[in-house]
Amino acid sequence: MDALIDKLKGEIIEQLNLEDVKKEDINNDAPLFGDGLGLDSIDALELIVLLEKNYGIKVANPQDGKKIFQSIRTMAEYIQANQK
Amino acid sequence: MSTKNYISAICSIKNGKVFVNNTLDYTFTESNEPIDFFKSVYKHYQLNYPKFYKMDSLSKLAFIASEILLKTQAISKEHTPENIAIIIANSASSLEIDTEHQQTINDKANYFPSPANFVYTLPNILIGEIAIRNKIKGENTFFIFDKFDTLFMSSYINSLLNSKKASICVAGWVDFYENHYEANLYLVENSEKGLKSKHTAEELNKRITNN
Repeated sequence: MDALIDKLKGEIIEQLNLEDVKKEDINNDAPLFGDGLGLDSIDALELIVLLEKNYGIKVANPQDGKKIFQSIRTMAEYIQANQK
Repeated sequence: MSTKNYISAICSIKNGKVFVNNTLDYTFTESNEPIDFFKSVYKHYQLNYPKFYKMDSLSKLAFIASEILLKTQAISKEHTPENIAIIIANSASSLEIDTEHQQTINDKANYFPSPANFVYTLPNILIGEIAIRNKIKGENTFFIFDKFDTLFMSSYINSLLNSKKASICVAGWVDFYENHYEANLYLVENSEKGLKSKHTAEELNKRITNN
């Protein structure tokens, strides 16, 4: 899980152009949206594309996004449970 | 041509150089990559706006030019948001990011368009970025010309100011395509401030091609 979380942080920083953010700045359990990393709605769409492109996982129900993208850890758990 | 409107400030960015009011203000020589230059300008002028990194190249260029221009004058203190207009033109439209977006949808088997890129596939988005950053709510228009048409731009903006549709205008040219870039943004208002340069096509030709 730790390796996946670390990889995911790198992918998010690159995909979302979080230029001033380093892996160690991202708390595994901090909210990705709002107070945490301060991501916006376009970033949410980018995260959906990232899951599909890098892990072959399609988020079929947009309502699930709230739970999946709550934090880096919830994202990693979702990938682990759904990756084929 | 006679006018009662004046250019009060100009910011020009091209060839790794930043000019403020036709005076060289910053030079970057460490790389020929425009993006490296834009990031260097962002850091040099301490422009604290993380969304800058998410913008496409065209909006990045417009953003840094507008930030430097608007540092010369606190326009929001003297003008209401509804009275500040933004009128900008270019030649390449948003072709740079359009091409990048197209490449992500060419192959049906590898079809991963980036939403973050897609939102920039219109040139007037750069006006939106400037407006959001500065809480500007006035008239705005983006024109596409072969080259900067100073006669059209000066007539259009003078008409806006003379008819009281705006009391000040952020105007100019912002173009980016295949690593060629140029930004010339200036402020036009109906009182003599800053440069006190008459807002005419002749004066624009002189000031914008002078650097």
